[in-house]
Parts: sequence; structure tokens; C-alpha cells
Amino acid sequence: MEIPDSRRAPRLSRNIQDNLVVALFLAPAFILFIIFLIYPIFRSVYFSFFSWNGLGPATEYVAFNNYVRILTDPVFLKGIGNCIVIVVLSLVIQIPLALLLSIMVGRDLPGRAFFRSIFFMPYVISEVITGIIWISMFSPDPQRGFINALLILIPGIHAQNFLGDINQVMACVFVVLTWKYFGLHMLLFMAGLQNIPREVEEAAMIDGANRWQLIQYITVPLLSTTIRTATYLSVLGSLTQFNLVWIMTTGGPVNASEMMATYMYSHAFLRFQLGYGSAVALVMLIFCLIFSVIYQLLNRRPDPLSGI
Amino acid sequence: MIRKIYMLISLMLVAIFALAACAPATTPAPKKVTIEWWHISTLDPGKALWQTMANEYMAAHPNVTINITVLENQAYKTKLTTVLQGGTPPDIFHSWGGGVMNDQIKAGMMQDITPALDADGGAWRNSFAPGALAVYALDGKNYGVPWDMGEVAWWYNQDLFDKAGIKTPPATWTELLADVKALKAAGITPISLGEKDSWTGMHIWSYLATRICGQAKFLAAANRSGGSFTDPCFVAAGKNLKDLIDLQPFQDGFLGQTHDEMQGTFGNGKAAMELSGQWAPGSESGQAADKKGVAKLGLFNFPAVEGGAGDVTDVMGGGGGFAIGKNAPPEAIDFVKYLTAAAQQARVAASGGGIPVVKGGEVGLTAPDSKADPNMVLVQKSFAAAKYFQLYYDQYMPSEMGGILNDAVAKLYAGTETPEQVAAEIEAGAKQVFGK
Repeated sequence: MEIPDSRRAPRLSRNIQDNLVVALFLAPAFILFIIFLIYPIFRSVYFSFFSWNGLGPATEYVAFNNYVRILTDPVFLKGIGNCIVIVVLSLVIQIPLALLLSIMVGRDLPGRAFFRSIFFMPYVISEVITGIIWISMFSPDPQRGFINALLILIPGIHAQNFLGDINQVMACVFVVLTWKYFGLHMLLFMAGLQNIPREVEEAAMIDGANRWQLIQYITVPLLSTTIRTATYLSVLGSLTQFNLVWIMTTGGPVNASEMMATYMYSHAFLRFQLGYGSAVALVMLIFCLIFSVIYQLLNRRPDPLSGI
Repeated sequence: MIRKIYMLISLMLVAIFALAACAPATTPAPKKVTIEWWHISTLDPGKALWQTMANEYMAAHPNVTINITVLENQAYKTKLTTVLQGGTPPDIFHSWGGGVMNDQIKAGMMQDITPALDADGGAWRNSFAPGALAVYALDGKNYGVPWDMGEVAWWYNQDLFDKAGIKTPPATWTELLADVKALKAAGITPISLGEKDSWTGMHIWSYLATRICGQAKFLAAANRSGGSFTDPCFVAAGKNLKDLIDLQPFQDGFLGQTHDEMQGTFGNGKAAMELSGQWAPGSESGQAADKKGVAKLGLFNFPAVEGGAGDVTDVMGGGGGFAIGKNAPPEAIDFVKYLTAAAQQARVAASGGGIPVVKGGEVGLTAPDSKADPNMVLVQKSFAAAKYFQLYYDQYMPSEMGGILNDAVAKLYAGTETPEQVAAEIEAGAKQVFGK
């Protein structure tokens, strides 16, 4: 059958029309994205080559001096070190803990709905409030600090300084980060567990697999996509951690709990070295990008369940 | 063309005559003016008092509208930087003077009000205490005026001193160290400190430096005019401070506590002393659990250091002032003149909100209905008697240098650096900031 020309023409323009509609719907978000994200990043790149205190136009061009200073500043290196410590501890403790709990809570623990809510609750509380709650938990005065009030009940143990002790502060920060975020990872894992077909597990059980073998050979491999996602979120969260640390310690005492982000904030907004602060922000961005690229390269393996 | 110019001139002449003719009869209605005023007195009575004074001024000058924006300290600094970046400073804004203000002046954001100060034979200028007025000047020109200026000094709890058998407050650093030992022996925490806000600890170091180095050496180092922070006197200040730190005189966990917590520890009677500014009475009682604070509050000036170049009457301190933005109308300056008149200064003093800097304002401290702490009179007197008044070191220098100074001294408290290393770190920071 012959298609009349008059019908072909509108179809073509309809195609264009569709594209136009798509473009129109995307435009508002895209424009906002450019104004509030892309443009500021390029402004930061510009400012990072200046020594600029935020007053008047940036005029004192220092080339790569800011970057050289950042990468040779022992305080910033300490910040990188602390971020790496948090990353490693999160991967070694926080994620396995969340996995373990999700397997327990997600399956056959009595009253699991109750535990699920309890474990997830810290994630719902805002970071600032979390920080303030834990400051008083860690208070060195046993009359005010819950943890010290418990500690001094044990004979031979004195009240600890916790956040006021350069050797304890990182451990305290990590405890709070774990308390706050393991619930999120647990929820991710529970969602992943739902996707594992019951038949696979039943087949393994019929083949004589015990509980541990079931987890080792069935659950964890089939959860690998979720584990990768959790790892990604955890590493990026650790690299850019700011709120909790700033509220609890401001990176102190004497930089003992300095993070890259707290270093950036204190230089940009307390000392008002905005050029230098911009450079720190870009260094952070580059680190996160490097991690993302490596992550993407290492994660070419398809999901065992969906094959994607 | 020429006709047009003639017409313009003749029109102007007519206008001038017309204005001149009606001037004696009815003054032309003054132009409507709006003044933007940013301050940081977020709490009453200060907040209410400023509003009252603005209302009074507006009632007397119907053409003037005063818009007040009240901001919390840190939010204020951030927001001010943003509007300064946009080139639109408020007409009147809070300032602590010193290095931060100098940067704002150099960026062309502020108005030189020296002519207003010098008008009428310098009547306005002469009403101020000279030391306080100088805090808002750069190269002899004033860009703002103070309304509150006080000193950092040791505040102490008389009851706890009695308990430790200390009869009179220490007059020398050696005596202070002995008193710290006596307090410790009596089971009392000698000093409250909030080193999470590292400027609290820096104050002790910089007061020692003021006593040991004196005015000349500090200014030479801070202004980069031949001095150095590695001068033996700055190392000596660190060593004297280390003598104190080694006695472990501070409350548990002081490295992780804020200035508010420091005031709370002192206000709750858990420590015998604190080095703090004129805000201490209000702050320690506000942070205390019972909201009353120390029952018998005393004050003594920073003790002399044996062999130091500084005089025992030298005072380190600071306060608040009104900075004038570059676009401020003349009415804004007139309003600030009203705010800093002796009568208004006395009201601020009587509310307990500040130490007056204008002659005649001090009567507010001792007025029958005054809410000011009795010790404020001591603060005002020692401030007025000081031959050398030094603005807080971290405020005197640019904020970047202030941060370096505070962070370096904090390492003495944490025990991670020696006095020599701290002095070297400050000097290295100064070289980097000032480029020499």
C-alpha cells in the first residue's frame, strides 16, 4: 500500500516536535544544573589560581602555588590520611557489620520489624543533631557524659577525655559514623536480599549446604551488586565527610580528626582564603573522580542475577 | 547647542533663586533615607536596646528609616563577606577592627569618616578614649568608631581561692603558678579553658608575649617591620606558658571543649579561674546550670612577668564598633554619632552590654539601676589607664594570620610542639601571609 506524502511530512516534524518537547522538559533542570553546579566549578577553578580573601575582585595571581601548598601542607596530608582511615575502617567494619545484621534481621529473627526500625533510626536523624547528641554522650564529665558515667562504674577505669584526646578522637568519630550509617547499608542489603530467589537457596540446602556455606556461596555472591553500591557510597561519603566531624571536633584537637572537607571549610570560611579554599575543593573533587573512574573500571563484571 | 546651554544655565539660575527664596520660609522636606544596619547582638537586652535607640532616632528624624539586621556571629562574618564581594556593604555594620577591617578598607568597601570626627574642633573625636578609637583607624584615618572596648583579664572565684588559702590574687607569673599548685593541692581545677575554640588558649600566650616582648617587638613582628616571631621573647612566652601547661591546670577534656563550655565550667564553680574578656560575667552566668554563675566573682589583671619588657598596666583586649560602609548616607554617620553619645553609652553600660568608650558613659556602670557586673568598673578603669592598648593578636592581624597563630599555639596545649617549634611555625606562617 502506498503511503501518501502528506502523511509522511507531519510524521517527520512530529519527530522533531517530540525532541523539542523532551528538550523543553529537560531545560529547566539542565539550566539550573549549569548555573548552580557547572558554572561554580569553573569559577572555583579560576579562583584557585589566585590568592584571594573574598573582598573585591581576585587580582593576585599565584599560578599553581595554592596547589603546591595544599599538597605539601602536613595538615592536609593528615586530612587525607584520616579520610583513608575512615574509608578502610568503613569497608572492614561498617559494611560487614551491616551485611551480618541484614542477614539476621532480614530473615528469621523474631521481632525483626522492630529491630529493622531501630537500626535504621540513626540514619533518619540529621547529622547536626547526631553530632550534638554524641558530644554530650562523650562528655569527659561523668555527671554529664553517659559513656563516662558507665565507665567509672568499672573498678580501676577513669573517665576518658574522648573528643578532647588526640589519640581517641578518631576512634570516637568512627564509632559515631558507623552508628549513623550502618542502618543505610543494612537497608540496601535487605533490598538486595529480597531479590535473591528462594529456589536457589533451597536448591543449595537440598545439596547439603549448611548455614555458613549458604551465606558464603549463595547470598554474598548474589548480593555482589549491592555490596559494590554500598562500597561506592561508603567511600565517597568518607572522602567528603564534613558535618559530623565539624560539629563534634571541628577537625581538632590540633588537627587530630582533620578531614579534607573540614580543612577546606576552615581555610575558606574561617580564615577567608577563598582562592586557597577553592583549590582544596578541586583537589577533593579530583580525588573523588579518580576513585569513581577506578571503581567503574573495576566494576565491568555483570550482575549475576540480571546479567547487566 | 549654545542655546541649549544658555537655557540650562538660566533654568538653573531660576531654580537657585526660587530655592533660595523659599528656603527661609519653609525648609524643603528632607530627602527620604534608608539606613541598613547589621549588628550581632542577638540577645536581649542588647538587641532590644539597639532597636529602641533606632526607633528614637527615627522619631526625631521622620525622613530616616533604619533597617536592622541581626545576625549570629559566624553567620554574620560569612554573610558580610558575601555582600562585600557584591560591592554593597551595609551602611553601618559591626566590626572588631584590626586586620579584618583593614582588608575591607583596602578593598574600598568603607567610608573615611575622619572629617566627621574632626568637625566642630574634633568634638566627636575627643569624646572617645583614644586607644579604642585607634582600633578603627588605618593610617590615621577612621572608618568606624567603637562602642564597646574592654580587656582580657583573669576572672576568679573568690570562694574557691579562699578554700585553697589564697589571700590575694597573684601579681606575678611565678605567684600565679604557685597559686595554681595550691588550688590543685586543694583538689580544685585551677583554670577553665575551651581549646576547641583555639583563640581562648592563644589569649594566654599572647598576654605573656605582651608582658615579655612589650609593644615594640610585637608590632615589629606583626607589621613585618624588622621583627620576627622567632625572637627569643616569643619563645620565652611559649616557655612560660608551658610551665603552666605542665602543671595540668585545666579541666578534663579541655582540648575538645568550646568557649561556651569553658564559661560553663567556670560558672558552675568547677574551676577557679579563667582568662576572658569583659563578656565573662554575662557569659559564665548564662552558661551556668543555675543561670546565676559564680557568687563572688573577682578580677585581676594579667600578672607581670619578671624581667619582661612590657608594663603591667599594658592591656590586651577588644570590643565592638560601628563600621561605615562606602555607600552610607550622611544620616548614617549622624545616627552613629547619636548611638555613641555619652547618654546612649551610659544606657549600654547600664544594661550590662558593654564597656563604654566615651567619656561620661562610665556613669552607666555604677548607676543605681545598673545591671552591669561590679567588676566592669575595674575593667573600664584599667582599660582607661593603659598606656599601651593592644587589640587581640588574632584580630589585629589578617584573619588568615590569626588562624595560623591560634592553631600554632594550640599545639603547645596538646603537647605536640615545643615553644621553639610554635614560634617557628608562626613566623613561617607570617612569611607566607605577608610575603616577607
